[in-house]
Formats: sequence, C-alpha cells, structure tokens
Amino acid sequence: MTSKQTFTHSKKVDLGTIVAGVIIVAIYAGVFLLEQVIPPTSMLFTVLKKGATYALVAVSMNLLNGFTGLFSLGQAGFMLIGAYTYSILTIPLSQRAAVYQYYDGGLVQFSLPIIPALILAGLVAALFAFLIGLPVLRLKSDYLAIATLGFAEIIRTVFQWDKMGPITNGSNMLRLFPTFNDFNIKNAQGEVVVYLSTLIPFLIAGVCIGLIVALIHSSYGRAFMAIRDDEIAAEAMGINLARHKQYAFCLSSFFAGVGGAMLAMYQNSVQAKSFTSAMTYEILLIVVIGGIGSITGSCIGSFLFVACSEWWLRFLDQKQMIGTWEVPLLRNGFRLVVFSIIIMVVVLFFRQGIMGTKELPDLFRRKPGVKSKRKEGAAK
Amino acid sequence: MNPIETVLELENVTMQFGGVVAVDSFSMHVDQGEIVALIGPNGAGKTTAFNVITGVYAPTNGNVKLRGKIIAQGHPTGKMRKLYAGTHIGEYGKLISNTPDRITEMGVARTFQNIRLFKNMTVLENVLVAHHMRLKAGLFSSVLHLNLQEERRIRQESLDLLEMLGLGEVAQETASSLPYGKQRYLEIARALATEPRLLLLDEPAAGMNPQETEDLSDFIRSIKEKFNLTVFLIEHHMNLVMDISDRIYVLDFGKQIAEGTPQEIQDNPAVIAAYLGVDEE
Amino acid sequence: MMSTVLPYLLSGISVGGQYALIAIGYTMVYGILRLINFAHGDVFMVAGILMVYISASGLPLYVCIPLVLILTAVIGFTIERVAYKPLRTAPRMSIMISAIGVSYTLQNLVLYITGGLNQFYPRIPFISDSVTIGTATTKMVTIVTPILTLVLVIALVLLINHTKIGMAMRAVSKDYETSQLMGIKINRVISVTFVIGSFLAGVGSLLYFTNYTTVIQTSGAMPGLKAFVAAVFGGIGSVPGAVVGAFIIGICENIIKGLDVILIKAGISKQMFGLATFSDAFTFALLIVILIVKPTGLFGEKTTDKV
Repeated sequence: MTSKQTFTHSKKVDLGTIVAGVIIVAIYAGVFLLEQVIPPTSMLFTVLKKGATYALVAVSMNLLNGFTGLFSLGQAGFMLIGAYTYSILTIPLSQRAAVYQYYDGGLVQFSLPIIPALILAGLVAALFAFLIGLPVLRLKSDYLAIATLGFAEIIRTVFQWDKMGPITNGSNMLRLFPTFNDFNIKNAQGEVVVYLSTLIPFLIAGVCIGLIVALIHSSYGRAFMAIRDDEIAAEAMGINLARHKQYAFCLSSFFAGVGGAMLAMYQNSVQAKSFTSAMTYEILLIVVIGGIGSITGSCIGSFLFVACSEWWLRFLDQKQMIGTWEVPLLRNGFRLVVFSIIIMVVVLFFRQGIMGTKELPDLFRRKPGVKSKRKEGAAK
Repeated sequence: MNPIETVLELENVTMQFGGVVAVDSFSMHVDQGEIVALIGPNGAGKTTAFNVITGVYAPTNGNVKLRGKIIAQGHPTGKMRKLYAGTHIGEYGKLISNTPDRITEMGVARTFQNIRLFKNMTVLENVLVAHHMRLKAGLFSSVLHLNLQEERRIRQESLDLLEMLGLGEVAQETASSLPYGKQRYLEIARALATEPRLLLLDEPAAGMNPQETEDLSDFIRSIKEKFNLTVFLIEHHMNLVMDISDRIYVLDFGKQIAEGTPQEIQDNPAVIAAYLGVDEE
Repeated sequence: MMSTVLPYLLSGISVGGQYALIAIGYTMVYGILRLINFAHGDVFMVAGILMVYISASGLPLYVCIPLVLILTAVIGFTIERVAYKPLRTAPRMSIMISAIGVSYTLQNLVLYITGGLNQFYPRIPFISDSVTIGTATTKMVTIVTPILTLVLVIALVLLINHTKIGMAMRAVSKDYETSQLMGIKINRVISVTFVIGSFLAGVGSLLYFTNYTTVIQTSGAMPGLKAFVAAVFGGIGSVPGAVVGAFIIGICENIIKGLDVILIKAGISKQMFGLATFSDAFTFALLIVILIVKPTGLFGEKTTDKV
C-alpha cells in the first residue's frame, strides 16, 4: 500500500516504483469491482475490512518497533482511545438516549461527521501518547515494553470505570454509530446502488499508510532509523533523542487511534474489555510475520492473519469428514493452536518474516548490492 | 590579525564513577586551527574526557568551555564538596549541562573508538542523518515532502562529501557491508556533515595498516584546511600523533602527566615511564 | 476499623506470597538472560490446568502434587530449550517476541484442551479448610502461603549463596561473557534457573488456585504481570527484592479492593466510588512510578552503558 509520491526524491522514477504503483491501483480497482459483483455477506469482505484495519495498526506498530527501535506494547490502549473517541463523537443525537440508557443519555450532546471524528480519534490517542511518553520514553527496551503494556491496562480500566459512565458508558457497549456499511450509496428506495463499504476502509488505511511511508522516507524517518540503529551515535549527530522518540510515539499512536476507530466501524460496537494485551500481541505477531521493518510485510501479514483466523483456517475448528473417516484433533480451538505453531516457527526459523526489510518496489528492482559489486569488479 | 581564539578549554575537569576517578582534575585547551592529540596508556581516561566534552557524561567537577562559553559544569555535592574544596570553579548550586545533541549543534563533532555507524542504513543515509538537525523543514513539511529543494541540496552535499572521501562508489551500499577502513572514513564523513568547527577523533587509525595510517594523517590535515577545522584526537599510533600534532597532552590514570610539542613529549621521562613502566625501587 | 481492614490485609498477604513465588521466576530469568519471560505467567496457569486434569484421573493427592510440580519444571525447561536457546545471539527484541509467542501458544493450547471453559480446581485438604482469625474467616491457605513462601525463599537464597550451581548463577548474572570464559556451562545454569522458576510457579499455582477455585487459559496473564511488576519493584535480579515487592503489591491491591468499604466504615466517605476497579491499574501505576523514580527498584544494582 505504498503510495507513489514517496519516491519523488529519487531523480527518475524507477521500474520497481512503477510496478508497485500499478499493483496498488489494481488492488483498489479490484476491491471496488469485487464489491459490486460478489454478495456483501461474503467472508471475503469481512477479511478485507478487518485486514485493512489491522494493516494500519500493524504499520503504526512497525513504525515504532521496526523503524524507531522502541519496543512498545501499548497499541491496544491507543486503539481503545481511538475507538471510543470516534464512537462517542459520532453516535447520532437521536440514538444517545438508547445507548447511554444507564447514564441519562450521556454527557456528550452533539455529534460529528465521520471524517473529523476519525481525525480526532487519532489526535486524542496522540495526546494520550504525548502525556504517557513524557515519563516512559526514557526507559530502555524491555522496561518500555512493560510500562506501555501497563498503561494500556490502566486506560482500559479507567474507560470502564462507572464514574466515567456519562462519557464512556462505563462497561456497557457503545453502538449505533456510523459504520463502514453507511458508506454504501443508496437510492431513494433504500437499495444499495454502489457498494463502498470495503473500498472506504481501504482508502482510509491507504492514506494513513501512505503518510507513514512518506514519513519514513523523510529526514525524520532517517532520524528515527538512526535512533534504532545506535542511540548514542544518533545523539552525536545532533538528533534530540527525547523529542524524536516522542514524535515517533505520538505519530504511531495517532495512526493506532485511527485504526481503533476503524475497528469500531468494522465491529459496529465497542467495548473496552476487548482491547486486551492479547490484541497487542496479535498485532505484534502480524508485524513479526510480515517482517519487522517492512511496511509491505505488515500489510501482507495482516491480511494473511485475518484471512487465516476468520476464514481459511475456520475448518480446523469443526469436525471434518473425509469420506467416512473423521479427521482427528479438529474441534473448537484447534485453529488457534495451528496458528500459534506457525507463529513460533516464523519466530524461531524465519526471523526475517515474509518480507524481511524489503518493500513492494524492491521486489521488482535488481538487487542494488549485486549491481554495484559488479561495478567495483569492473573498476579493478 | 586577531588574537588566536581558544576553541575548547577544560578547567579542572574530574569525572568520577563511584570510587573510580577516570579523569582527575584535567585542564587543557585547544586553539583555533590547531591539531592537538591526547595520548596515554589504555584506561588512562582519554575516551572519558571525550565523553565529558560531548555531553555523554556530566563532569563531577570542573568546567568545559567552548569558545569561552561554559557548556558543562560540574560541582561536587554532599561529602564530595569537602574532598574537592578549593578546586571547584564557579558557583555552587549552578549546574550546567548540555545533551550531546546540543553540543553537536554548537559545532563539536566526534567519531567513536568502536565504530558506531547506523548499520542498517546506506552510506548516503548515514551522512544525510547528520544533516537532519540543520534542516529548516518541520515535521509536517518534511513528511509531506514540501522541502524538496532542501532535500535535494543536502543529498548533493552529502554525495559530494562522500566523493571527496573516496566513498562515492559505495554511497548506496549498506553501512555494515563496508570494509573496516572505509567504515572509519564514513564515521569522519558523518561527523563532517554536522558542519563542525571542532572535530574530535577517537582513535581514527585503530585497526589500520601502516600505509593506511600514513594516508590518514594527510587526510586529517587536508580536511582541517578545507573545512577550517580545529582537531582534537585520541590516538595510539605514535607515528601519526608525532606527525600531525601541534601539541600533545598525556594522561595516565586520569591525571595529566605531560603537555608539549611532539619533540618535548618524546623526550619527557614521565611519559616514557608511563608507557614503558618503571621499576619501583 | 481494624476488623474492617483485617480480611483485606490477610488476603493481601496471601496473594502477595503467591505473587512472590511467581516473581522469583521472573527475577532470576531476568538476572541471567536479561529477558522478560512473558510466558512465565502462562507456565503458572498451565500448572493449574495440569492439577485439574491429573487429579481428575483419580490419582491420590500425594502423587498428584509432586507430579504437577515436576511436570511444570519440565515445561519450563522445555520452553527454554525450544524457544529461547536458539535465539541466544539474536537481538533482544527477537527473544522477547519469542516469549510472547510462547505465551500465546500456551494459552491457545489450553483453550483447545479445555474448550475455553472454566475448570474447577480440586479441593486440597487442609489448605482448603476454613479458619477464623480474630474476626475474619478465611481459608487455611491464607496462613500457609506466607509461611511456605518464606521457607522456600530461604531455601533458595541458601542455594544461591552456598552451592556451586548457585555461585555459577551469580557469576552468570554478573557477567555473562566472562563467566562463559571461566568455563561455566551457561546452558546448564540457564536450564536450572528455568527449572527452579517454574517449580516455584507451580507451588504458587497450587496456593493461588486453591484460593480462586477456577482456572482458565487467561488465568496466568494478570498474576504473571503483577508478579513481574513485583520483581521490578524489588529490583530485578534480586530474589529478596522480588519477595518484598510481591507482598507490598499483594497487600496494596487488596486494600484498594476494599477501599470503598473501609472508607465508608471509617466515616471518611459517604458513597461508593467503585475504586475496586483500580486494584489492577494500581499495580501498573506503581510500576511506572518506580521505573521513573528509581528504575533499579528497591534492591537492584545500578548498571551503566559503556560508550
């Protein structure tokens, strides 16, 4: 999902970038066409919507873990903030009484359009990240991991607190806010004319991921990678560690917040208790499967992960008969066991993941190393 | 002609780690345009002195001055106050410290004894990183790539610099794939890209063969002229040190044992003793 | 006043002891490998599940309990050999990810085996019995836990300070590379560490689940995290520190659970604030405060990075 604009700084646009651009356009066109043709209840669209959402969150995590070298496990917490901000701000006024039935319709008595609410979801997450970052970003790798994990747990608790009910609806569900299906264009009779409920999440995720790619290819992105490779040297190059870590942390959380809002739209409802550390772990594992340090990898990883868990491996959870022979072991939960084993195999034996640190355009380029080595040889 | 400006000055700098005094009341100065060397046996506190100057450590006692301005000041606290009575400079209660990035911004660049390149980035990117702090573009215009002109300029400057250091051919290679000698040159390239006025080199010739070492001394002289630098270096290769230094300071166990021109240092009995050891009789 | 606080205090001490037994595993592994063993809480949970299944097979308790403890130790040993040993030279992030992967795998395996249903923990005679202390009625386990914990910790400290393997452990945690050069068999030391840690987590699970009566695949996550916080609080790498930290956390957490009631009975507040919700959050708030104020914990040693 890399966007073309990112590579403008190289003098001429190379073949890899062109091919990658074509592939991305083709994917978007394909999604649009499929949606008009295949019935919307198909599992395919569930996978695509959730996949796009997870792709954004995974890329945002990769920005931190893979590109800045900050091992943070707070992603679920920032998603929660984004999901809540979005749903609290967009529930239509007429529905508030029904949603906040235990809190007299709640405190928030206005309702925003979708796009501003999405952006606010990101901004609120980033604001929390800023406040959390002030103390915890000074910590080293594993302590940072556990502190961010802890913060995510605190956030989850606070949002469920009964006293917060007028705003967050306590431990009750938030629902009836606009979802992906509301993007479908309907005619006067209420029949859907053009389906957009899958294309829109793709577009939102695409724009956000495009921005992250642009960030990585900017001077700030290079500064982040320098911090990842060697903090002390980066500091000696005049990079203010505290400030740049804070930038990376806030930006990552911004996109995690938007991703959280997308998850809310996908699920049609939001409840704080589902944003557990297990969710963060899942996203981390997507990043690892895709390749730490590859945006393309995170995207492919999330679609694969979602497709396997929601669709392709579902059969493992049910009894299967081949003729009269019942396949052993298959019953509820087996899918997750197979999944875990795949993940452990990737972690232990394929540490590079699917993509390593390569990106989509790299796949269509000749290896730069080979080329220059040949040149070196010629010079001798 | 203007009087010669003192670029770097250390006044009674002491650096203590727990019970270990790594640098003990060390005073020195480097004037504009000089090449000054800091030598001494292993563990004499040379790199620690560098780390104090570049803000990695805050000194326990003493001042570090850059062009007359105090950039780091330590003073003993608690029990230490009695121990250092009389040697502290400046007021008690006033602590000055700058983070390494601030000091780099003030025009002090350094290389590292154990090469610290950004290993997974290309050679060119390593140099581009050094330009980051001087970029005018903020986060947003940088991310939206609105600063194309600036980006193009630093790219060209970096490539020119690499070309000059003989790294032009490998600009697109990953830094860690370079041979050792070239990695050392890349470290210097990166330091030069921060536009320093004072360059600190920590054992630039470590691991180089005699021929490479000889080339290095010409090289250091040439960049000094070209970039109008003042150079302060730590080195063990005595040929190199004696060849290029205007003055030399010698540290042993954190204490300064000698200071002078290469000739004076070579003849100094204390220095010879520190290096060769003396029979304690 | 005291009669209101007492039950919370008692369960705090009891839970604290159970956290302590888990925390030792974290602190020892961290001391030696500099690894947060995210799977440790799950090993604790698996010990609980093992007990459920083994006791259901009809074996008498005096066979069950040692069997569970041995199997738990074997699991700890196996995890280290399979998931951590191949990554000895890999970046630290890889091995942490592997630990998270193991945690995920153990939880999913248990989910598969149990069908995701709460499993009832068998009643263990004596420690499941009720007992009355002053005005508070509680289970015997409340009294047994701190005593047993202290006995085990003293035994462990003696082991670390007075045996050859203990000396090797101390050497490895001080300087990994040098001790390797000195001929210490690193892998053996690490294995022993995991065996001891898992064994103690097994003991902890016996006590903990006797108190809470049910086990599910996620049962290990929270106690695991809290025990880790306890280890950090006490100064990671320090066994006595972990124990002190665990007791403090256990007690604070339980006092907070009852804080509303305590405040009302003491006449300080008039209404319920739902503060009990924050008993978990408190632990993490404490963690963050410590990491900022004193990152080395109560008894931790200071380390400096070399430039």
